[in-house]
Amino acid sequence: MPTLTINDITVQAPEGATLLEAARTAGIHIPTLCHLPGVHAPGACRVCLVEVEGARTLMASCVTPAHDGMRVRTNSPRARNGRRDVVELLLSEHEGDCTTCARSEDCELRAIAREAGVKEVHYQGERRPTRLDHSTKGLVRDTGKCILCRRCVAVCQNVESIGAIAPQERGFGTYVGPAFHAPLSEVTCVQCGQCSLVCPVGAIGERDQVDEVWRALNDPHLHVVVQTAPAIRAALGECFGLPPGSRVTGKMVSALRRLGFGAVFDTDFSADLTIMEEGHELLARLRGALGGGPKHGPLPMFTSCCPAWIQFAEHFAPDMLHNLSTCKSPQQMLGALAKSYYAEKIGKKPEDVFVVSIMPCTAKKFECDRDEMRDSGAKDVDVVLTTRELGRMIREAGIDFTSLPDEVMDAPLGISTGAADIFANSGGVMEAALRTAYEVVTGRPLPSIQLEPVGPMAAGGVHQASIQVNDVVPAWSFLEGQTVTVAVVHGLAHARQLLEDVRAGRRSPHFVEVMTCPGGCIGGGGQPRPTTDEVRQARIRAICEEDASKPLRTSHTNPGVTQLYEEFLGAPLGERSHHLLHTHYHPRCFVAKAPQAQKATPKPCAEARPES
Amino acid sequence: MNTQEVDFTYRLWRHDGAPGELIPLLQSAQEHFGYIPRRAITYISGVTNTPESTIYGVITFYSQFRLQPMGKHRIRLCCGTACHVAGAQTLLDALRDELGVEENGTTEDGVFTLFTVACLGCCSLAPAMMINDETYGSLTPAAARKIIRTIRREENKKAEKEKSVA
Repeated sequence: MPTLTINDITVQAPEGATLLEAARTAGIHIPTLCHLPGVHAPGACRVCLVEVEGARTLMASCVTPAHDGMRVRTNSPRARNGRRDVVELLLSEHEGDCTTCARSEDCELRAIAREAGVKEVHYQGERRPTRLDHSTKGLVRDTGKCILCRRCVAVCQNVESIGAIAPQERGFGTYVGPAFHAPLSEVTCVQCGQCSLVCPVGAIGERDQVDEVWRALNDPHLHVVVQTAPAIRAALGECFGLPPGSRVTGKMVSALRRLGFGAVFDTDFSADLTIMEEGHELLARLRGALGGGPKHGPLPMFTSCCPAWIQFAEHFAPDMLHNLSTCKSPQQMLGALAKSYYAEKIGKKPEDVFVVSIMPCTAKKFECDRDEMRDSGAKDVDVVLTTRELGRMIREAGIDFTSLPDEVMDAPLGISTGAADIFANSGGVMEAALRTAYEVVTGRPLPSIQLEPVGPMAAGGVHQASIQVNDVVPAWSFLEGQTVTVAVVHGLAHARQLLEDVRAGRRSPHFVEVMTCPGGCIGGGGQPRPTTDEVRQARIRAICEEDASKPLRTSHTNPGVTQLYEEFLGAPLGERSHHLLHTHYHPRCFVAKAPQAQKATPKPCAEARPES
Repeated sequence: MNTQEVDFTYRLWRHDGAPGELIPLLQSAQEHFGYIPRRAITYISGVTNTPESTIYGVITFYSQFRLQPMGKHRIRLCCGTACHVAGAQTLLDALRDELGVEENGTTEDGVFTLFTVACLGCCSLAPAMMINDETYGSLTPAAARKIIRTIRREENKKAEKEKSVA
């Protein structure tokens, strides 16, 4: 363990630590713009400069290893001036107007400029050229605001293994973007929005659709309903200065009512419904594979709640699309029901009901726009707002969020159980499905099982568990004594690896939950910023508390869902639910052929001739 | 297959996905095609397991890589100090007009590509240009046009000959 002094304080740094990490263990703050713990430390932004005794220049602390006997100053005049100069240089190229920028409230560059004591930008010169990319439904990009920290590139390549964007050109002309100067919509971007979550400035953000919702709310012909995803209640408070992990379910409901929504529904309801459909789909697939019943699709079965994962599979695993559950995501199920079951109940036509979703996710904006998502006869979900947009909307309406009273969701699509709450966490969909499936099969509650991520999760992870099934009820006798293996994945890089393992036979789980964002939806691309590991952990805890606080904690005990099946749907996997709640997927064509297939090609060169 | 083609094919074929091979692969592709076509990028991406965005970033970072095909004759007009003083700009204007292309552009018939370079190292010949490996010095706009026309006439003759043979 190297011992060094930082600002005359003796610090014992962990082995292999950088100066930045050493300083943080001693509670000394050094500002950074490009550093992403556990993912990315390129030393690109130079904001973390410190003075090291004996060194010729100021050192970037995020990439300088801590050595025994080093004497470091983070606040000497030279270090402070150096940092201030760096920030001024960044500001001199930064094209953007803080008064209108969507990012101005939580912009890291703005905060750091203040912290570094910038009072004036001494450098004048050319500004970064602005290339706007509005091609996707979920994300908008503006290279003029980009400071080239490459955080987005790191998460896209390392955490999600997509590599949709990379630095292009060189020198002052450098910009971050896809290959061939193509728009994002023409490359393999899955719109997960993790880039927008880590961007320190306003260069990448969600497509702002707040005004569309205002317009709908002011339209007297429309009955506007809203649904909120499980992950919102553990994060929305952060938009109003509450600490991460504050549970604000009740305040959120009253805020939504005050915004003028005709009914406030809970995506939790359709999460419970998803479990009913997906759980029965899994049992049907298991019966086909293990019990000699009719084949109902291959194993492993993958969850289908995450739209970015679906798009990833369509791009990169077209051979595995039959392994995806055919269930729509909870958001789309609720949309379809709001415009059929609920519309019927209140005597409205599907097109007169306007469904707004509040999601922690930018890919949901893409999902609701898919052609397959119109089974109610109209677009099932009209507009998706992210947590951040809802925060802005509440502020625009002048609502004092923190002093709102607690209210409850509307029946019937607002009733939920604890199993639905945990959909927000990585491992939660799996646990919820197991709670119901285990109880259906054995008649007993599921033994305690740990599926949520623990420890660092910024780079995603994979977790496998096995459940021994004994003493089953007679209808499920083929499962007697079987061990059901499940896997939980977050971060698409881990999903890609798991797909490889499944294809190669190295792993053979029965059921796999995939969430694109590290930590699950609580760390979604549309959540409040910053989302660090500490914040993710606090949100996960809040979601678990929310689950524990509910009297009902298994999806099949949700009275609203039972009523829905009795009045409208019939049975899980029935005719009507097949039409409204299930879907199918299409391979997409943006990806080069798999490397193995190419190696087998005898003349690779012939494939790559120039267009003549 | 010529040697370059064999080299490119061989490199792709034996590539084991290890990092560090990208630039030699791109160089081979460029030697083979004269530039790096889009399909080669897609192809190399699949073989090396490197995202296309990263490969495109490498290509656009290094000035040695080209994304457009190059003409048969490469004109390098010197714009160094001596040539600049001796009127390189008027030469550039004349060449642009004669060829109908901008700097770094290739003529429609694929015969010429026009480059400007910082210094060819033959300041005593200013203003100068090189076409392929041939150096032309003490140029005037008229002389430059004449050189281009001569080469073009020869190319046209060659093309006609090939046509009559076929």
